[in-house]
Amino acid sequence: MTAAIRTGEYFITGDVACAEGALAAGCQFFGGYPITPATEIAEHIAERIPDVGGTYIQMEDEIAAIASVLGASWAGVKSMTATSGPGFSLMMENIGLGICTETPCVIVNVQRGGPSTGLPTQGAQSDMMQARWGSHGDYEIIVLAPSSPQEIFYQTITAFNMSEKYRVPVIIMTDEIVGHMSEKVIIPEAKKIKTVSRVIPKGRKDHFKLFKPGPNGVAPMPAAGQGYNVHVTGLTHDEKGYPVMSVEAQAEMMTRLTGKIKKNLDDIIITESYRLDDADIALISYGVSSRTSMTAVDEARRMGIKAGLLRLITIWPFPDDIIRKLAKKVKGFVTVEINLGQIHREVERCAGDKARAVLVGHPGGTIIPPDSVIEKLKEAF
Amino acid sequence: MASVSGKNSQKLDHPLDDLIRTDRIPHIWCSACGIGTVFASCLTAIKGSELDLNNFVMVSGIGCSGRAAGYVKLDSFHTTHGRAIPYATGIKLANKDLNVIVFSGDGDLFAIGGNHFIHAARRNIDMTVICVNNLNYGMTGGQVAATTPYMAKSTTTPSGNPEDPFNLPLMAYASGASYIARWTMLHTRELTETILEALLKKGFSFIEVLSPCPVNYGRRNKEKSFDTMKLYQENTIIKNNADPSELDIDFSRKVILGKFLDVDKPTFSERYEQIYRPEPQ
Repeated sequence: MTAAIRTGEYFITGDVACAEGALAAGCQFFGGYPITPATEIAEHIAERIPDVGGTYIQMEDEIAAIASVLGASWAGVKSMTATSGPGFSLMMENIGLGICTETPCVIVNVQRGGPSTGLPTQGAQSDMMQARWGSHGDYEIIVLAPSSPQEIFYQTITAFNMSEKYRVPVIIMTDEIVGHMSEKVIIPEAKKIKTVSRVIPKGRKDHFKLFKPGPNGVAPMPAAGQGYNVHVTGLTHDEKGYPVMSVEAQAEMMTRLTGKIKKNLDDIIITESYRLDDADIALISYGVSSRTSMTAVDEARRMGIKAGLLRLITIWPFPDDIIRKLAKKVKGFVTVEINLGQIHREVERCAGDKARAVLVGHPGGTIIPPDSVIEKLKEAF
Repeated sequence: MASVSGKNSQKLDHPLDDLIRTDRIPHIWCSACGIGTVFASCLTAIKGSELDLNNFVMVSGIGCSGRAAGYVKLDSFHTTHGRAIPYATGIKLANKDLNVIVFSGDGDLFAIGGNHFIHAARRNIDMTVICVNNLNYGMTGGQVAATTPYMAKSTTTPSGNPEDPFNLPLMAYASGASYIARWTMLHTRELTETILEALLKKGFSFIEVLSPCPVNYGRRNKEKSFDTMKLYQENTIIKNNADPSELDIDFSRKVILGKFLDVDKPTFSERYEQIYRPEPQ
């Protein structure tokens, strides 16, 4: 047990487990702003982060919160923020700055019903496309979706590790239901937790190129104060970091920003299969909905329907190849999600004309009961 | 950089070259723009501080003044529009050894970024904010700003500005800054000394610098470059410790310059350490 890693068994909420995961990953800075149902993450970090030498600050709004997180990352520390729909919307421009300037950081969205103020105290999964495309411009981003307090603990560590490894903001898309449910969470011994930190540059500081990729497509990253005289800008820039307003520079930068994700899909994409080997129907789900889907699979099997579940843990980049392969084996797909068909459209795209895809979704406020999935299975296939 | 060649030519070094990314010159600032002068004062003050240059960080937002971060040879961050201050806050709180300078314009710091300014001042974050105030949005072609004088013309107030501008030192004062001053870019020596003092000052320091935008503001308001310099020289008075409520900018009266506040109080970081990580008794 260390100050950061409180080894033991706990009965805690998803929000608190997320905060503990962040500390275990080495988070040293949290720029917060209260919003239901994510507030408990900030509250728990505010209480705990002084013990690990870090800083909590409650900023004046979510725009400032994410800006402070990016700044702290460039000062050399692992940093994060947590929010929900309206705050997530406010953060979008600076998430783009984080992508463009290849700034590691973690953003948690504990989703609630939207649009606008929506259903502050009730869950939804309706910001999934915003997590992919919410900031302007083309880009690749990493998004994870935990389904339980235990998983949010581990995925928060994974999110930090991936953000440090690929120099990209990583978003954890959980929801009010997972965030507020209490379950058993095991925090392992410190030596069993693998953490990754950004690669620090070596060699001559005067000839340093801030964005020159290393072997895995990612550039080493110095911190402010280390003598590299870095220039970091949200303008299109060359490998040195200098603005260049040209078609060629834009193409080169975009190739670098998207390539480092696209070339490492095997490392980034995490999925879980449940009773899928001999399945005729594949349920595709994630987060809290994947739990009710699991119950639906068991129920369907009892009724003689050969159903299975592909649980998406990494949402973005989307596991195109996995679903395309699956489409050749199954008769159909059922996407189960608490929205009106955001990930479903991706499933349809990957299924193409190989398999039928139907949606079990609703606009938010509660879970999707297994019964609705069974009904759809019977009706559609 | 002018390039000089020939057998007997001498290399023309600028005394601030070691603090400039000379490979990024020429800069984008127009002829008779004042930003370069303010920038030079800032660099001279940085050198004059004799502090470790590796510990200086410059953060800018978007706009003409926001380009300063792209020319300074220090760790420099050109962020999103209006967000230089919260970005700088994160840098400072994550590494308290860094000397953080925010160098940006009036539109960036006080319209889109106004909320961040008042809160950083209230928290007394240890940083120096230099605002180049050219009374309009220069980079986008001269639109009305939160600092544009009443009835002044801009592309979006073609018959005159119906709004009153902010009194920036008063806002800084009301928000809780530790150090507040105002100069024009014509008062180079005073400005340099003030920036130096602010860099060495603990807490939130704010310096407003009036600076001409002849291309976009002067042209529409019948004010030639030289007219603005004359206003800066003849229609200003220096009054240290002036009442912040007297500091409205109105060149038909005298515009007050000087140092208005210099107080010592604990910074956010000092209080955070004291409350959350107290020394064992």
